[in-house]
Amino acid sequence: MAGWPILSLTTFLPLVGAAFILMIRGEPDVVIRNSRNVALWTTLVTFLLSLFIWINFDPTTAAFQMVEKADWIPAFKISYHMGVDGISMLFVILSTFLMPLCILASWDSIKVHVKEYMVAFLILETMMVGMFCALDFLAFYMFFEGVLIPMFVIIGIWGGPRRVYSAFKFFLYTLLGSVLMLLAILVIYFITGTTDIPTALAAKISPSLQFWLWLAFFASFAVKVPMWPVHTWLPDAHVEAPTAGSVILAGVLLKMGGYGFLRFSIPMLPEASAYFTPLIYTLGVIAIIYTSLVALAQEDMKKLIAYSSVAHMGYVTIGMFTLTMQGVQGSIIQMLSHGVVSAALFLIVGVVYDRLHSRDIARYGGLVNNMPKYAVVFMVMMLASVGLPGTSGFVGEFLVIIGTFQANTWVAFLTASGVVLGCTYMLWLYRRVIFGKLIHDDARAMPDLSLREILVFAPLIVVVLWMGVYPSSFLNVTSASVANLIHNYQTALAESGAMVLAGR
Amino acid sequence: MVELPAFLPALPELFLAVSTMALLMFGVFGSDGTARLVGQIAVVVLLCTGLLVIGHGTERAVTFNGMFVMDGFGAYMKVLVLIGSALSIILAQGYAEREHMNRFELPVLMLFATLGMLLMVSANDLISLYVGLETQSLALYVVAAFRRDHAKSSEAGLKYFVLGALSSGLLLYGASLIYGFGGTTQFDRIAGLIAASPTPPVGVVVGMVFAVAGLAFKISAVPFHMWTPDVYEGAPTPVTAFFAAAPKVAAVALILRLLDGPFGHMVEQWSQVIFALSLASMVLGSFAAIQQTNIKRLMAYSSIANMGFALLGLAAGTEQGTRGVVVYMTIYMVMTIGTFAVILCMKQHGRMVEDIRQLAGLSRSHPLMALGTAIFMFSLAGIPPLAGFFGKLYVFLAVIEAAAKHSELYILAVFGVLSSVVGAFYYLRVVKLIYFDDPIETFDRQSDDSIAAVLVGTGLFTMFFFAFPVPVLNGAAAAAAALFTG
Repeated sequence: MAGWPILSLTTFLPLVGAAFILMIRGEPDVVIRNSRNVALWTTLVTFLLSLFIWINFDPTTAAFQMVEKADWIPAFKISYHMGVDGISMLFVILSTFLMPLCILASWDSIKVHVKEYMVAFLILETMMVGMFCALDFLAFYMFFEGVLIPMFVIIGIWGGPRRVYSAFKFFLYTLLGSVLMLLAILVIYFITGTTDIPTALAAKISPSLQFWLWLAFFASFAVKVPMWPVHTWLPDAHVEAPTAGSVILAGVLLKMGGYGFLRFSIPMLPEASAYFTPLIYTLGVIAIIYTSLVALAQEDMKKLIAYSSVAHMGYVTIGMFTLTMQGVQGSIIQMLSHGVVSAALFLIVGVVYDRLHSRDIARYGGLVNNMPKYAVVFMVMMLASVGLPGTSGFVGEFLVIIGTFQANTWVAFLTASGVVLGCTYMLWLYRRVIFGKLIHDDARAMPDLSLREILVFAPLIVVVLWMGVYPSSFLNVTSASVANLIHNYQTALAESGAMVLAGR
Repeated sequence: MVELPAFLPALPELFLAVSTMALLMFGVFGSDGTARLVGQIAVVVLLCTGLLVIGHGTERAVTFNGMFVMDGFGAYMKVLVLIGSALSIILAQGYAEREHMNRFELPVLMLFATLGMLLMVSANDLISLYVGLETQSLALYVVAAFRRDHAKSSEAGLKYFVLGALSSGLLLYGASLIYGFGGTTQFDRIAGLIAASPTPPVGVVVGMVFAVAGLAFKISAVPFHMWTPDVYEGAPTPVTAFFAAAPKVAAVALILRLLDGPFGHMVEQWSQVIFALSLASMVLGSFAAIQQTNIKRLMAYSSIANMGFALLGLAAGTEQGTRGVVVYMTIYMVMTIGTFAVILCMKQHGRMVEDIRQLAGLSRSHPLMALGTAIFMFSLAGIPPLAGFFGKLYVFLAVIEAAAKHSELYILAVFGVLSSVVGAFYYLRVVKLIYFDDPIETFDRQSDDSIAAVLVGTGLFTMFFFAFPVPVLNGAAAAAAALFTG
């Protein structure tokens, strides 16, 4: 496979699938069936192709790999530049891995505009993969923002009753943050003279300017993560989006914020990152404790999981800003784990929603009696979410807490309290939905998981256990890049500290 | 023996003037029902004029005793104006026939207006500037009131005339002050005068401000925007499309030439004025559009906001800023014409409708038209990868670069991006109606191929600009360079 533009292939293959779907003509039934099949096969092939990225990946170096470069707008020194390193590679795999599952999960639940739905998802996949691979600011920004259009449409057309409000809120919140980031990108463009990301990462930016640039990037990434107090779009968007939309939102789109912090804020603006670390800690701790408490009070399953996402992303942001090996590694694993687990939890809600068209916790109860397989899947994912040893959630949370402990014991203490709260709301949710008596007749009539649904959950369970039992296969990939990140960060801080001393 | 001036640099204008007069005669003396033919010939005339402009090349040539200049900037902007006019005439054809206003005067008047615009772009003297501007405006006053049996159209024409006359008065007053204190009306000499003196005469500064105010009327920059929504709403739709496209390009070209040319050494003075105009236009245009329900009024406020973004590049006061403005106007013109092509398709039971709520559920009945509208709306909102994003990108690029020296420009940039988020709201509302809402009543089937062709063409440009931006960027860069070196 050497010499192939494998990143571009992975990025743009879904667009080819989308073009095929657009060309499908004929009877409505045939069109719907063929769109589903084309979308499924396209995403599966894309996933297999993306595995070659992992196979070819060299985990011993922190440099960008499988780099592709071509002129785009030469007059402005803007080029089409793609490449992955240890930080971004696994997110590419995560995106391509979740996509076929999303298509499968919407197999029966999406009945109107199936063709358009599949096209929107395939475009979304191109944007997501491209965003994680892009090594040029302009390309990055285009993919980053381009995600908004298909997601806006997915929430707005196939969403629930308040879909319009949620779609607007999602779009405008994210856009507001992003345009400020665009200005910061332009400022960096004039400092470095190029939009090339590797060049910009090596540039030295004066600390006073870093302060403002950091805030501009923060505006964008904090909304995406989302961090308290700009998280309010998330519960709305999650509740109203169709199941697969929630899966992608929680699984991949939230990771864009964390990825942005790791890719840009920390390496490019080290002094400002050090300066703002207490702010991140504060917001992270508030997110963990406050949103866990809010999650306790939810009556709507999707909303509860949405708030738990905010809490889990709190670990991620705290972990990466400790700038310790364990903290950063842990936050990456936590992001991957959350990508799989929260995706699975939304799919789990989707299963009962498809049958009963209600997300009210009170409408269910005692499902273990008539849906034992469902209860098992739910249990695995619930335990992974609360971080039971042996599941992926444990590795991420444990590493983050170890890393935080080295940086600040109080923050570590407060962060760890979130684990307890997390257990509380998840176990209580499980108890209310699965255990107890089957009192509702329509709930009693629900059939257990179908073969298609088992096919959706099986890979997720395998990955969750794999990450929990043998996390090294993931940690090895990221370690070189993370070590390099921390090394550069500390060098930069030491240099600026030396400069301050010399100035005295 | 009087020595004749060189005609060659003005050949496109001369050709256009002669052909338009010939067309007028043809229309007057021809039989009834020549309107369609006149319209078709008009498009051909514009095409030939465009070829003549391109044929002349980008070399700088001054003629008519220094009143008229042709250079790379002029060539680019003229081609843009001609494309805008030609597309507007194409859009107007089918509409005029359906609405029983297919009179040959419409294309002829549009050609006269275009002639005025070409003169504006090439003006190198305050007098030729005024002559070009008035040639354009007089024709525009008449086409705004073209449906004279309609109260709203007449009102639009009258309003445009009164306010336009006022703005011309302001401009003339400014020009007379500049002449009084500078002693010349010729651009090159004004430039030399200002460059020579350490501080420009106060009278010239005041005159410049008045001239800019007069021109701000033409591009409907806040606070000189009051006429825009009413005129946009009242004028027949293809005429509104024409208003929104070509004259805006020409007026912006004129402002660029005036401020970068003779007043190029007074950047400190005029950039404050442009700063204020730009900020007010962006903010007011974005907020005022939120409550509009008439699509033409919405587009009016949208154009006000867009002019604010274009002026943003000018406020930077650099060559990069001018390049950004030129790119912005190119993309803006294409998007606007595309959007108006959609508006021209909004027809129920043979009658035009203008309420945006009538667009509800368009995606079910007219999927292609819905897709086109969505592309234009996302593009106007500046969402990548569509063309509108690149327009904003190059303008902000210039502002951020200039902000390293003038830090107040950072404030302008931040207000700019924030108002673009506000603007995104009302563009999204149109997308929401089209895709998320249930249809109330569907539009008639569109049978006009020319409108469909314009829609597809502009849509493809907007969609795929990101892949092939180099021709437009290089053209704009050459245009801006011509203005700054010439």
